[in-house]
Amino acid sequence: MIHTIYGDAGRLFVIVAFVSALVATFAYFKSVISSTRLDDVPVWKRFARGAFFLHAAAVAGVVFCLYWIIGNHYFEYHYAWDNSSLSLPTEYVISSFWQDQEGSFLLWIFWNVVLGLVLIVTNRSWEGPVMAIFALVQAFLASMILGVVIPGLDLKIGSTPFLLLREALPDIPVWQTNPNFIPKDGNGLNPLLQNYWMVIHPPTLFLGFATTLIPFSFAMAGLWTKKVTEWIRPALPWALFSAMILGVGILMGAYWAYETLNFGGYWNWDPVENTSFVPWLVLVGTIHVMIIGRKNATALKTSFILAIATFVMILYSTFMTRSGVLGNASVHSFTDLGLSGQLLIYLMTFVVLSVGLLIYRWKLLPSDEKEVSTYSPEFWIFIGATLLCLAGFQILATTSIPVYNAIAEGFGKILNLALPTDPIEHYNKFQIWFFALITALTGIGQFFWWKRTGEGKLSTLYPPLLITLILSAVFITLGEVRTISYIVLLTAAVFSIVANGTILLNIIGGSYKLSGGAVSHIGLALMLIGILFSSGYTRVISLNNSGLMISRSEEFTKNDNKENKENVTLWLNKPSQMGKFMLTWRDVRVEPRYVPGYIPKGWVEIIENDFHAVALRDIVVEDKTYYKTGDTLEIYPENFYYEIEYREPSGKIFTLYPRAQINPRMGLISSPDIQRKYNKDLYTYVSMVTNPLDEGKWSATEEFTVAMKDTFFVNDYVAILDNVVRTDQVDGVQLGENDAAVKAIIRVLDTDHEYVLDPSFVIRNRTVGRKAQVSNELGLRIQFNEINPQTGKFTFAVNTKQRDFIVMKALEKPLINVLWLGTFVLTLGFLMATVRRFRDFFKNQKRELVAETVKPKKRTPQQV
Amino acid sequence: MKKSHIFGIGIIAVAIAIIVSTAGDASTYVNFTQAEKMATNGNKGSIHVVGKLKKDASGVIQEMAYQPEIDPNYFVFTLMDNDNRAQKVVYRSPKPQDFDKSEQVVVIGKMEKDHFEAEKILLKCPSKYNNEKLETTEYQAAQL
Repeated sequence: MIHTIYGDAGRLFVIVAFVSALVATFAYFKSVISSTRLDDVPVWKRFARGAFFLHAAAVAGVVFCLYWIIGNHYFEYHYAWDNSSLSLPTEYVISSFWQDQEGSFLLWIFWNVVLGLVLIVTNRSWEGPVMAIFALVQAFLASMILGVVIPGLDLKIGSTPFLLLREALPDIPVWQTNPNFIPKDGNGLNPLLQNYWMVIHPPTLFLGFATTLIPFSFAMAGLWTKKVTEWIRPALPWALFSAMILGVGILMGAYWAYETLNFGGYWNWDPVENTSFVPWLVLVGTIHVMIIGRKNATALKTSFILAIATFVMILYSTFMTRSGVLGNASVHSFTDLGLSGQLLIYLMTFVVLSVGLLIYRWKLLPSDEKEVSTYSPEFWIFIGATLLCLAGFQILATTSIPVYNAIAEGFGKILNLALPTDPIEHYNKFQIWFFALITALTGIGQFFWWKRTGEGKLSTLYPPLLITLILSAVFITLGEVRTISYIVLLTAAVFSIVANGTILLNIIGGSYKLSGGAVSHIGLALMLIGILFSSGYTRVISLNNSGLMISRSEEFTKNDNKENKENVTLWLNKPSQMGKFMLTWRDVRVEPRYVPGYIPKGWVEIIENDFHAVALRDIVVEDKTYYKTGDTLEIYPENFYYEIEYREPSGKIFTLYPRAQINPRMGLISSPDIQRKYNKDLYTYVSMVTNPLDEGKWSATEEFTVAMKDTFFVNDYVAILDNVVRTDQVDGVQLGENDAAVKAIIRVLDTDHEYVLDPSFVIRNRTVGRKAQVSNELGLRIQFNEINPQTGKFTFAVNTKQRDFIVMKALEKPLINVLWLGTFVLTLGFLMATVRRFRDFFKNQKRELVAETVKPKKRTPQQV
Repeated sequence: MKKSHIFGIGIIAVAIAIIVSTAGDASTYVNFTQAEKMATNGNKGSIHVVGKLKKDASGVIQEMAYQPEIDPNYFVFTLMDNDNRAQKVVYRSPKPQDFDKSEQVVVIGKMEKDHFEAEKILLKCPSKYNNEKLETTEYQAAQL
């Protein structure tokens, strides 16, 4: 049965959400503008609030409908079919909600509703203008998932998540024979995304995106209602909250990339990463100028510009990642849904509105009477904010290259520009210096801010400088840092820690209310140190020195044999030396759902196109029997783990399990396994594997007839028939009383190892049975074919195939934990600052409320 | 001169430096003939070439070799650019996993004497389920 009701309801709710957002925008607008009669203001406000509540309810309805469709596996819907499947565990069913573009828009809309409701409740005095902006944004966002075609114009507005499969893919022939066809199962979530980060990272990031709207709305409201300085107090805590959430969201993505996605590290300079990082940089700049904006007019003007810029950057980032303009340039942008025009209108509307309003009100903004002193904290904070914006500008200028092409194309020119081939070098050329300066300024700025230093007492900066020089010298020597830019960055970061630490201890004296700034600065400095060492001093351990290299070619011998030999080939069960480790690839393992760890692939037979497997033996892990032979168990069918044994020189052994996923849609995808030590990570991944589901091609059968102790050559190995003995046990064969079995003992000599294969020859119920022996290590299959009692010779059938191997790479990333520690400290600092500014806001609001309630009392006697 | 002027000039100078460096580091999309010309003119910059794999009538990929048992870090194949010029491409890293399925290949690197030296490979693979969607994946030759 096709459940059309949920899709219809969903579409209706989207339309209601869109219309109610427009109504709320208009009503809130009316409640603010001066042409509205004063008596009517509360009426408009109440009406607008009602419209926004209706909008909130409609959004809740849309979310519910989409969840219901996905959660109940209604595969007649394209969204459910495309993003979910029966085998998907609950948490990933939830996250398949935001895998596609429509769902992620919906997530964004949902967060905006939540934030809007919070603002209505907590901030009545700013409700009108702020919510007018909010509602307008909501109308634009809701229009993205409308999916309405305007008749006559053939114009499609938005893309709905409630398309039925037959509407989404009308060309599939099945509809002609069976219009009510419902697929049995869905495509499922991309296996690479089946990770707990997929559950938590997108909602966090979208909350970050959504919250940038708040400082923007307050800035707009401030300009609109001419409260040009008052907007800062309510906006600042939200700006801090936004920077915290957006930062955490970005870092979650970075950690996810490092831990699972194997993009080669935590940061790939991918356009999608960059376009969320740039708004964050600008937002942090905004926060800094907002803090000084009430004292300094230049900073106030800059606050407006940057609050607008942050939000516009978010819109621009949305446009870039969702319009298809990135095309080839990004690994993980969305595909084009035909929304480019709509996204561009959304972007341009807010650019024109905000910039226009700012220009219109510019004369109203105060100006500084005299120039700011070099010894004032404002000067230093301002420089810091400027540098943050320049750092953002540099990233943006490069990331926008595909946009330049698109613009040139619009003018009929072909630009053919491509992103720099070495992004790391390109960005670092600027970013290292920018961040060295920024982190150094955090220290200097704090000293000026707390009046620790100033005109005539610059000498107070000497002690932290001295400590910094000593510490840096030690770190540079111990860490063998030789690159000038690295030395500068390290010194600046150490200075930041020392200076901010001094402030933290001496001035603030443990008052956690005021420590937010110093703590987050220390966090940033720690992160920079972690990034410097883990990225700048990554060491490849898997240098290929096996001697198997093509030595004849000059190409490989130049550069002292160092030309790209960073991957090693490992043969099954053959140890090879890699750096100080002895490495052995032991086995391929699979991941059962309700058994701890991974089990050897040979223990189960995976059912094709299903998420079940049949146990070929009792599945016993740590003395507990989970399944008996023949039981069916649930597994993650795409995941294969390569058991790689590391033997340290001391003889200590540890095992890593890098993963390869086999998925018809994505091919083979590799994810690393990491051995974590306090001072470094050992990062291992397979760069190539033979398909574990593919048995490989056996060669044509070759027959050997040999006598006892004879030698013969199989697959380039020397084999010796050592003996033929009687046996009572043959795997998988029940031997009766009158049955007989013999097995041949064949020794196969490899260069450094001896293998024994024992194929059996069975006479059971007067028929001959042959049990072949397979060695994947040797790529050899031997079957005991015949015994000739007259000649005393034995015949064996031999097949050969490519031996199993993997190609892997191992890296050592020093001090990466300093980076993660830094992210925690940074987040903590933001949290402390956010709490402080919220308290400040509420305290002030209370004071204002008291003042307001006192006023009418004063007025009463006058009236009498 | 006022401090704010110096400040403003400083910002403009840095911004110009950024734009110049972006323009300088930006790579371009070319074909193999142009790439060769650039190389003979001594242009050392990395470039992008878009092309398709060389296939025979039955769709089997031609002139491609990867022998991890001999050297896992050496992969060679032949790419036909948009003007149908065939060119040997060498990629000093393991063969990307879904290479055989790719519809379009972008190689990023430099033209050498007899081959194109790829530092990075971008693949566009047809999605199994939806032919409208093309998915890109990125591979990069590791540098020591």
